[in-house]
Amino acid sequence: MRSLYAVYRKEMGHYFVSPVAYVVVSVFFLVTAFVFSQYLRAVVGQSFEMGPDFDAPTQLLRAFLGLLALLSLFFMPMITMGLFAEERKRGTMELLMTSPIREVDIVLGKFFASLTLFAVMLLPTATYVLFTWLHSDPQPPLRIVLVGYLGVLLFGGCLLALGSFLSSLTESQIVAAALTFAIFLFLWVISFGTRDTESVLGQTVQYISVIGHLEDFERGIIDTSGLVYYLSFIVFFVFLTVRSIDSLRWRRA
Amino acid sequence: MIEVQDLTKAYGPVTAVDHVSFSVNEGEILGFLGPNGAGKTTTMRILTGYLPATSGTAKVAGFDVATDSMSARRHIGYLPEAPPLYPDMTVGGYLDFVLRIKNVPAANRRARITDALAKTNLGDKRNELIKRLSRGYKQRVGLAQALVHDPLVMILDEPTVGLDPKQIIEVRHLIKSLAGTHTIILSTHILPEVSMTCDRVVIINKGKIVAVDTPQNLTTQLKGAQKIRVEAQAPEKPFADLLAQIAGTSLVKVEPARSSGHVTATIEVGAGKEIRNLIAAKIVEKGWPLYELRGVSLSLEDIFLQLTTDDAAHAQPSN
Repeated sequence: MRSLYAVYRKEMGHYFVSPVAYVVVSVFFLVTAFVFSQYLRAVVGQSFEMGPDFDAPTQLLRAFLGLLALLSLFFMPMITMGLFAEERKRGTMELLMTSPIREVDIVLGKFFASLTLFAVMLLPTATYVLFTWLHSDPQPPLRIVLVGYLGVLLFGGCLLALGSFLSSLTESQIVAAALTFAIFLFLWVISFGTRDTESVLGQTVQYISVIGHLEDFERGIIDTSGLVYYLSFIVFFVFLTVRSIDSLRWRRA
Repeated sequence: MIEVQDLTKAYGPVTAVDHVSFSVNEGEILGFLGPNGAGKTTTMRILTGYLPATSGTAKVAGFDVATDSMSARRHIGYLPEAPPLYPDMTVGGYLDFVLRIKNVPAANRRARITDALAKTNLGDKRNELIKRLSRGYKQRVGLAQALVHDPLVMILDEPTVGLDPKQIIEVRHLIKSLAGTHTIILSTHILPEVSMTCDRVVIINKGKIVAVDTPQNLTTQLKGAQKIRVEAQAPEKPFADLLAQIAGTSLVKVEPARSSGHVTATIEVGAGKEIRNLIAAKIVEKGWPLYELRGVSLSLEDIFLQLTTDDAAHAQPSN
């Protein structure tokens, strides 16, 4: 546990001492702010057309959470690409692997640090959501906001876990980033166009898709199947990363 | 302190380390001498638990590096070939991180860092970012990293590479001063380094141990022979015959030089025998233009050739 914390601390230092965190967080803030104001305008316009039955705050929140997920697809590979690729390239992997510290501590320390960075990225965006929530009448349940953000955080966690695994496979950061993006995009769009929810195949494809599970969270529902999906996705790729790091010893470096 | 038994490491068909056995006593400095690709780094990586051995056993501080790796690693300080540094960290912050992953309790960390900085002469660089340091300083930070947790065993892979002559001397002094309280293995391909710092030397070539000896004995062997290089414009066969005649039974190797019509010869002669004047006189007497005639100090390669008699028969001189 102490070793895990040591790695976590080192990673956080890496993010917040260098410009990495500040650039990523502020660019993310900027883009989300712009799109949020556009969404707000669109939803307000729609609500005038649709009349009192239109649930503008919920529509806005759902669209915005979807946007956060989409943007994280672009931002996460940039964060994860260096997690292990850089350590391997710099030779610091040799220090970590000859110290009395388990591989799982290295991987989890890095995973939690990157998840923290993601949470820090999400934090400022919550201010717009809370602002609209405060000024909505009637107010949608706060639970929708909180669960929605939990969903996005889990979704980001999946991306980070997959990204760290791919980063452990290669010394090239570009390859790691491109693969993370491509594979995750594939898992995202896999269910597109499957209207067939009757057959086993159709249901399987629906279940595999990473974005499908987010929709429940966006409605404020913690669906067990979604929760299990995201958590097992994360655990699976963290496990693969640990195995991959361990296998470095057996490969000719 | 370190026991290595029949250690073998094979990468597919290539055997990098081939049934290597040696031991290092407590407080001793053992030099690992060999050309690049001899298996020095691989052996060190196995000892530090970075690589698993294909077969054989290695024990560090009484712990098997394969079956009880965590316990063994606790007692090892390791400086890899490239110092494993994080450029964004300060020197002090980096050493603190190293102490944390080496499981050193918080109470001792400050004192350990100050001590390591003092030993490596880095006291004034404590708050400097590592990326702003010069190559020599980075190497010293790498060295500080290997000794900061006061390990029983230090494994240093080419600790003086990339340093300027003054720094090399400093590092050698530092390593010597660490002996006694630490058991040290260091690798190098520089012979004087070994004779200056090490108590014992393991010479390794193509994954096999060629010799284990004290540096004194090695240097004696080294000084026992010298080499002469001759370049002249002459027909190859008579040239070789002439040289063989002068040098007697010693080894003479003749080959065509790069420029046409030139031949070069490498002659090994016994210690204290001066035949260069004789060679010059004879070549001039034959009327062959003489372009070069010089004594060559024996390189490490030559010692290998001397030590590995099977190899010497069919090996080509390196220069």
